[in-house]
Amino acid sequence: MIRRILVYIVDNFRWIGWLMILGAVLIVLPYMVRTYQVEVLILLLIDIILVVSFRLITTTGGWSLAHVPMMGCGAYATALLTAGLGVPFWISLPLSGLAAAVMAFILSYPLARTTGFAFFVASFAAGDSLRLCWTRFKTPFGGHKGLTNIPVPEFFSSVDLSAPIPYYYLALVITALCLLIMFRLDRSRIGHTFKAISMNADLSRSLGINVTFYKMLAFTIGSFFAGVAGVLLAHRLWAVVPAQFGFVTTLYLLVWVVFGGTRTFHGPILGVVVLTFLSELLKPLFEWVPMIFGTIIILTLIFFPEGLEGLGHRFTPWLDRQRFAAGDEPRH
Amino acid sequence: MEFLFQTILNGLMTSSFYALIAVGLSLVFGVMHIVNFAHGEFYMLGAYTVWILFAKLQWPFFLAVAAAIVLVGLLGLISERLIFRQAHGQVLSGFIMSVGLVFILQVAVVKIWGLGKMKPVPAAFPEILNLGGVSTSWQRFIVIPVTILLLGALWVFLDRFRIGRALRASALNPDAAALQGISPKKCAAVAMLLGSAMAGAAGALMAPIMSVHPYMGHSVVWTAFVVVIVGGPGNIKGSIYAALLFGFLTTVITTWIDSTVADLVNALVMLFLLALRPEGVMGHD
Repeated sequence: MIRRILVYIVDNFRWIGWLMILGAVLIVLPYMVRTYQVEVLILLLIDIILVVSFRLITTTGGWSLAHVPMMGCGAYATALLTAGLGVPFWISLPLSGLAAAVMAFILSYPLARTTGFAFFVASFAAGDSLRLCWTRFKTPFGGHKGLTNIPVPEFFSSVDLSAPIPYYYLALVITALCLLIMFRLDRSRIGHTFKAISMNADLSRSLGINVTFYKMLAFTIGSFFAGVAGVLLAHRLWAVVPAQFGFVTTLYLLVWVVFGGTRTFHGPILGVVVLTFLSELLKPLFEWVPMIFGTIIILTLIFFPEGLEGLGHRFTPWLDRQRFAAGDEPRH
Repeated sequence: MEFLFQTILNGLMTSSFYALIAVGLSLVFGVMHIVNFAHGEFYMLGAYTVWILFAKLQWPFFLAVAAAIVLVGLLGLISERLIFRQAHGQVLSGFIMSVGLVFILQVAVVKIWGLGKMKPVPAAFPEILNLGGVSTSWQRFIVIPVTILLLGALWVFLDRFRIGRALRASALNPDAAALQGISPKKCAAVAMLLGSAMAGAAGALMAPIMSVHPYMGHSVVWTAFVVVIVGGPGNIKGSIYAALLFGFLTTVITTWIDSTVADLVNALVMLFLLALRPEGVMGHD
């Protein structure tokens, strides 16, 4: 057993090494930046869960516009559970994710019947009906003003999770855990089945794959993680309002994902990280940011439609030529 | 009884507005396979044109509306040439590009004309219209005849003119149409010109009724999507039926309960219809 683990570590040394460096950077990072930037990092971690779980759904070929409302589902669930019923955060976290998953499962019945563009619009209708319910029904959702007084998560009494840095670590651990699960899923048989469906649904069906079931599964699992992201968001902002989960947030989600690319696991993460840094850099021009994002996204689609992740492949032939010129064998 | 007539009149006015904005979107989708989310922003720019020309420069109302139709149509043409042509008929890329265009146009409008200030557009026809006991303002009523006029003109164009028939052929089968010497690019440009012009017309007509602000397109464009999807994308006749359905549904529910519930019911009806008939209720033309 120990030998197997050792062999695994040696075999995968390169990327385990990179991962450890990344982990170390992420652990010291909050002490290197200002308090405000820690808040930005927390929101970035939440957005990372959101984009990766979004990509999970896109691997079956459907682009869900209900993803942000699903995050809202988790946020509202935890607000009702912790502020309303006094359930501790640590129990509410999985329960709220589950609430989003159950809601997604119910909605996936009509959604699974639609494909392509119809799925796109139907998922928007599904998500928007949720948002309209939160706006309309004052009990229990609080209407336009939403729900407030969401408690700070309790941990050992020495740690105050209302401060940004401890909360950053909480978000970091949960994000890492979510990414690990989704990564394993992506590489598992289920993950490959998802991709097979997006490549050719009819062929997958002919191989005996239950396409509808797997689509519903992807939608449900993705929404679970969106719900978890919503829980983290709600407990950081101490309040949820329906406007947070409106269509503008969905548009930003689409921009992040398209900019990063959806083919690889890391693509969407790259997209959200780069664009978040960019919008922080452009803080003085904040009014112009949507226009800059709009221009970026149009140019991305015209000139490198695979997103940032595709750029690497684009330069590979060029790199190979350079290596060849330098007398090396081209890498394959 | 009067209440019933009032509801029918209100329903007809709402339906006309929905039809006007949705038919343009449907045309663009049918010919180009582009889901133009910026359609709502074109509508918003139509309203701004009327605000500038009619409210500020004192042009006659219908001249301002005509100017809005032309200007917004040209803007659509330019955006087709610069942006949508690059999507190569891929629905998802086209949609996301149009989202980018939404961001660009909104920021541009906010930067040029400001965000907070109201843009009041006075009614061009403030007189009250009485129709057998029910009343409405002429300004609201005018939407019905203008919509019938514009949709009739579109129908004549698509049915009687060579280029209009070419457009329909290209929507049905672009490759076969191209073999007959119909340029898909030219068709896309014409479709975008007409579709955007209709969005501009809708915005221009609604400017004195709605409040004019940079984000006014958001709620409208989704209603238009609902209508287009339920009517069957690219199916103009279906869009008109769907506009009637949702126009009356919205009017009745808004009168009895409130507008949030009306939106909720619209969304649920669409979800239900899509699950039942994924290819659109009316199917393809």
